[in-house]
Amino acid sequence: MPASRRTAGRTVAIPGRTGAAVRRPGSRIRRPALLPAAAVALALTASACSGTDGTTATAADAGPPRAGGTLTLALAVDPTCLDPQQYGLNASLNVGRQLVDSLTDQDPATGEIKPWLAQSWEVNPEATQFTFHLRPGVTFSDGTPVDATAVKANLDGVVALGAKAQIAGVYLTGYTGSTVVDPTTVRVEFGTPSAQFLQATSTVSLGLLAPATLARSADERCQGALVGSGPFVFGSYKQNQSVEITRRAGYNWGSSLWHKEGEAYLDKVVYKIIPESGVRAGALESGQVDAISDIQPQDEGRFEGGAYTVVTRPNPGVVFGLFPNVVRPGLDDDAVRHAVQKAVDRPELTQTVLSPRYKPATSPLAAVTPDYVDQGAALGYDPEGAKRILDAAGWLPGSDGIRAKNGRKLSFDVVFAPAFNASQSVLELVQQQLKKVGVDLRLRKLTPGETNTVLAGGDFDFSYLNLTRSDPDVLRVLFSTKSANRGHLPVGPLDTALDQQSRLNDQGPRYGQVAEAQRVIVERGYVIPLFELAQVHGLAAKVQGVTLDASSRLSLHDAWLKG
Amino acid sequence: MARYLVRRLLQALFVLWAAFTLSYFVLFALPSDPVGIKLGGIDSTATPEEIAAVRDEYGIGDPVLLQYVKALRNAVTGDFGHSVQTGGEVRGMIADALPETLELTGLALLLTLVFGVGLALAATYARTRRLRQFLLSLPALGISMPVFWVGLLLIQVVSFQWRALPALGNEGFDSLILPAITMALPASAFIAQILAKSMTTALASPYIDTARAKGASRARIHIHHALRNAALPALTVFGVLAGNLLTESVVVETVFSRAGLGRVTAFAVDTQDVPVVQGVVVLSALVFVLVSLLVDLLYPLLDPRIATVPARRV
Repeated sequence: MPASRRTAGRTVAIPGRTGAAVRRPGSRIRRPALLPAAAVALALTASACSGTDGTTATAADAGPPRAGGTLTLALAVDPTCLDPQQYGLNASLNVGRQLVDSLTDQDPATGEIKPWLAQSWEVNPEATQFTFHLRPGVTFSDGTPVDATAVKANLDGVVALGAKAQIAGVYLTGYTGSTVVDPTTVRVEFGTPSAQFLQATSTVSLGLLAPATLARSADERCQGALVGSGPFVFGSYKQNQSVEITRRAGYNWGSSLWHKEGEAYLDKVVYKIIPESGVRAGALESGQVDAISDIQPQDEGRFEGGAYTVVTRPNPGVVFGLFPNVVRPGLDDDAVRHAVQKAVDRPELTQTVLSPRYKPATSPLAAVTPDYVDQGAALGYDPEGAKRILDAAGWLPGSDGIRAKNGRKLSFDVVFAPAFNASQSVLELVQQQLKKVGVDLRLRKLTPGETNTVLAGGDFDFSYLNLTRSDPDVLRVLFSTKSANRGHLPVGPLDTALDQQSRLNDQGPRYGQVAEAQRVIVERGYVIPLFELAQVHGLAAKVQGVTLDASSRLSLHDAWLKG
Repeated sequence: MARYLVRRLLQALFVLWAAFTLSYFVLFALPSDPVGIKLGGIDSTATPEEIAAVRDEYGIGDPVLLQYVKALRNAVTGDFGHSVQTGGEVRGMIADALPETLELTGLALLLTLVFGVGLALAATYARTRRLRQFLLSLPALGISMPVFWVGLLLIQVVSFQWRALPALGNEGFDSLILPAITMALPASAFIAQILAKSMTTALASPYIDTARAKGASRARIHIHHALRNAALPALTVFGVLAGNLLTESVVVETVFSRAGLGRVTAFAVDTQDVPVVQGVVVLSALVFVLVSLLVDLLYPLLDPRIATVPARRV
């Protein structure tokens, strides 16, 4: 049982980021005591993870929904910064999602973009110009209108935040400006094709804030100086303790995907921060809270069988996997990457150290990501095949069982940050699996601060991470040679496919390019996909209507409490 | 006495400065920085230029000595700046968290005193050998139980099974009881161990025979004569423990999901949030200095043979 040392908290850099990244999902890292004597203690944190799916908790006999009541929901990590435009932590986004509305919404079932604050939109064929027609009569909770000027101010504001817009910044790459055509029409322009932008407008990271909020400092916004147009209004934030939000009276512009029109059912939502996963589970069982986020695999069994509802959904985007640095000796050989791909028994990962709620990876993309294509046939467990490939390539087992060629051993390190609590166990199992075919894997756990230096410096063999986003453009971030390209991938046909998909706003042809990209990535062994991260939340029987949106963020507008 | 206090005060200032400086350079020597940690995780999509821009904003690009002098100058006025991670003002963050932690450690100290002294007195007062040995074996058990384990056990049994007390939060006295007991158990075991030992020694001293010969009751001898003399080592340890409870609050506050200085510290250290860590370090140093001063001033009250004012040098 994880003691305090493994509380759920941030993830690697930031706990469960969404959108662009699952950053510090609930886990923190224990670092060495840095400070003098007893003055400072060890820092222990843990991170939670993230994942989602539009699963709804609705019992057939729940009866008609009723309004009112307070929902108490335990978060694994302190949100740290509540501004959804800045922070990528899951905990922040699960709060922020209730405070802000987005231009569009994305159907979790189909990936389609649906109207929300924008009733309709047009995209030019080059995917550089997006014109949104806003719903009239929408106001922020300070009474100011949600109009074209406000939309422009928000997008300009995200760009001005720079790196502080941890997720949204990437969505606006190439943004050249917005034009207010009339009070309800705004035209957003990019210098380079950005087909992904439409989906980006559905994320909480591009949720709209009142101009008065945008005028505040980034720090003030983090602390809760947030005015949005969402179904709930910010109440209070006590760091490491709680966040309170209350129902927005008169709210009448919900997403077209929600079931209830008008105001939310709940009067109030109180988020409590409970870092220790066992305590979180016990708090739900003993009725001290109504719902908990981030149930850890080892606690899942406590909530099977009727008395609770488990809301779960895989995280869309790039799955957790080993990302090879393809210029390193050994990994520069395609045969070695292929063999590693075949030597991993993915179902064993999910069945032993994870839980059935986590799916074995069948592509670089999770299956809930739009334009996902099953590559499972190429990712089957085939240790004999792996050995044959290595034998044929001249990598032969040495006296210690580790294969070598010309004195060079197949011994690799994998750098990881414990963003997701079970990561270490997963990697330890992969280590055993690879050993069976004669490949040595060494685990190198990094603190959030070190990841930067190490990844940028290139002194690593594999990195281990995932990246959450409900749009296939997420592949471009990790696999394009024009992005950070930490794996030192060579320029090639993959770039073409990734570039092409970013230009195509027509789903048909775009799908073709995304499918090609997934095929090439697996074929070239540019990632060893492992498993799909999942969001797993638990609800008491009386809690109804909690859903996860397409990005696997909690949505509470339709939530209600049975009397 | 006045001169003694002035000297102690100067020492205290030196300790504060040393704590500040040492922690500053230790943090600076680490191969990363708070901005990199905040924005540059393993899956970060920010470009190095963007991160550099934010770094400049926090003045992290300046020469280290310049940064240090600036930070020290501000710290003297009590201004530790803003947290890189949360954007909150460090002074405010500490001011919010400190009362919660003081409540917790205050109650924990009280319980430590009650449990520790109570156990030591009971053990040395016990007439039967078996009972005495049983009581004397308890402290060893208490010391060897990890704090987080005790906390989780109490939560599991008292809160989740009996549903007698809340397992989490900062609301009301109820939520203070379990964490305070968790902190007090090992601390009181320590006190009991030390006190029982010195009580045994004291009770074997000739002056006790004198008191007994004068007809003093057993209880009076125990409390009035022996305890007073035996208390000094325990008092010294108590001072150290008071400071250690601050450290323990890191674990206890996490297990019990309480807001407080421990959580602030843990997060700040974890993310190398220099301004916050500096604030906490200086505060902790201050607490240690004050507690040890207090303990020193208490000695002469217990034992008049100890003079606060040092003998004048000849």
